[in-house]
Amino acid sequence: MAEFTLPKNSQITTGKVWPKPAGAKKLTEFRIYRWNPDDGRNPRIDTYYVDREDCGPMVLDGLIYIKNKIDPTLTFRRSCREGVCGSCAMNIGGTNTLACTKGMDEVLVKGVVNVYPLPHMPVVKDLVPDLTRFYAQHASIEPWLQTDTAAPEKEWRQSKEDREQLDGLYECILCACCSTSCPSYWWNGDRYLGPAALLQATRWLKDSRDERTGARLDNLEDPFRLYRCHTIMNCAQACPKSLNPAKAIAEVKKMMVERHI
Amino acid sequence: MSNPTHTPMRTPLGRVRGLGASHTGTEHFFLQRVTGLANLLLMIAFIVIVIRLAGASYAETRAVLGQPLVAVIILLTLLSVTVHMRLGMQVVIEDYVHTEGLKVALIIANTFFTIAIALAGAFAVLKISLGG
Repeated sequence: MAEFTLPKNSQITTGKVWPKPAGAKKLTEFRIYRWNPDDGRNPRIDTYYVDREDCGPMVLDGLIYIKNKIDPTLTFRRSCREGVCGSCAMNIGGTNTLACTKGMDEVLVKGVVNVYPLPHMPVVKDLVPDLTRFYAQHASIEPWLQTDTAAPEKEWRQSKEDREQLDGLYECILCACCSTSCPSYWWNGDRYLGPAALLQATRWLKDSRDERTGARLDNLEDPFRLYRCHTIMNCAQACPKSLNPAKAIAEVKKMMVERHI
Repeated sequence: MSNPTHTPMRTPLGRVRGLGASHTGTEHFFLQRVTGLANLLLMIAFIVIVIRLAGASYAETRAVLGQPLVAVIILLTLLSVTVHMRLGMQVVIEDYVHTEGLKVALIIANTFFTIAIALAGAFAVLKISLGG
C-alpha cells in the first residue's frame, strides 16, 4: 500500500537549539531537518538563529550563514545562487522551492523559517535528497533531437513560430521541485515519470525539428508512465520558474487521443 | 512471477524503463472523460425523473417507466455511471495498492462488482418498465 506514515527510523525527533549569535539585534529563527547516515540516529529538527544584519535576505543566505558561522556540519547543495542551476531545491515553509530565490520573510510560519529536504525522496544527508531515479527518468525520455533524415550542412531550420512552441518548456532547470511535490509521484514514483520528465518529454514532442514524435509518444503511452497524472497541479504551484508541467502533460494526453481518433 | 525491474543491482535507467510502456491507457483516459460528460447530461434527466416520481405509487411509477424514453434514459444512466465508476475505482486501486497480487484481485473484484450492480439495476428497471 501507499505509505501514509513515516517508517520508524525516519520519524523526526527534537534536535539541538543552537545559541543565538552574540550581539545580534535582528534575528530570524530557522528550524532545519538534520539527518546523518553515519550516527545511526533518527532525523531531528535543529533550531538556529540567523543575524539578519550580517546576512543576505534569501533563505540560502541564511543557510550559508549557519554553515559558515554556527554549524559547519549542516549539509545542503547549492551552486549558482540565482535560480539557474536548480541545486538548492528544498522544502521551505511547506513548499518545494529554491532556497536562493526565496526571501526569508516570504516563507515565515509563525516567525520561523522551516527547511526540510524535498519530500518523499531518499535522503543522502540533511537537506540533500537522492535524485538518481529522477535523473534516470529524465534520461528515459531521451532528451535530445532525434532525426533520420541526413543532417543538413549547416543547421536544422525552424520557423520563429515553431520555436515559440518551446517557450514555457525549455526553461526547466531540473530542480525536482515539481516531481517531489506530486502525490502521484510520491505513491508511484517507480513507474510514473513525474511532471519534470514529462515536461521535458513535451519539449521534444513539440520540437518541429524532431522526427521521432510517434516513437516518443509510444514510449509514454502507459497507465503509469503518463496517466498517473491526475491534474493535482502541485507541480505548477511549486515550480520556481513559474512553468506549468500539468499543462504540458495535458498536451501530451491530447496528442495521445489525437492519434487514436 | 518475478519482476526483473526490482532486481537491486539493476541500473537506475534499467529500473525506470522496467517492463516498457504498455501502449495502453489512452482509451481508459478518454472513456473516463466521455462517460463523465455523459453522466453530467444523463444525471440531470435522471434527477428530474426521480423528483417526478417522489412519493408516486407503484402503478404510477410503472406508467412513467413504461415510457420508452424514460426507461432508456435510466438504462443509459446506469451504463454510463457504472462504466465511469469502474474506471475511476481502477485508478484509485492502481494509485494506492502496490502489492501486485492484491492489486490484480481488487481490479477483478471491481469489474465483477460493477457488472453485478449494473445488471441488477438494469433488471430492476426492465422489470418495472415491461411489467411483471
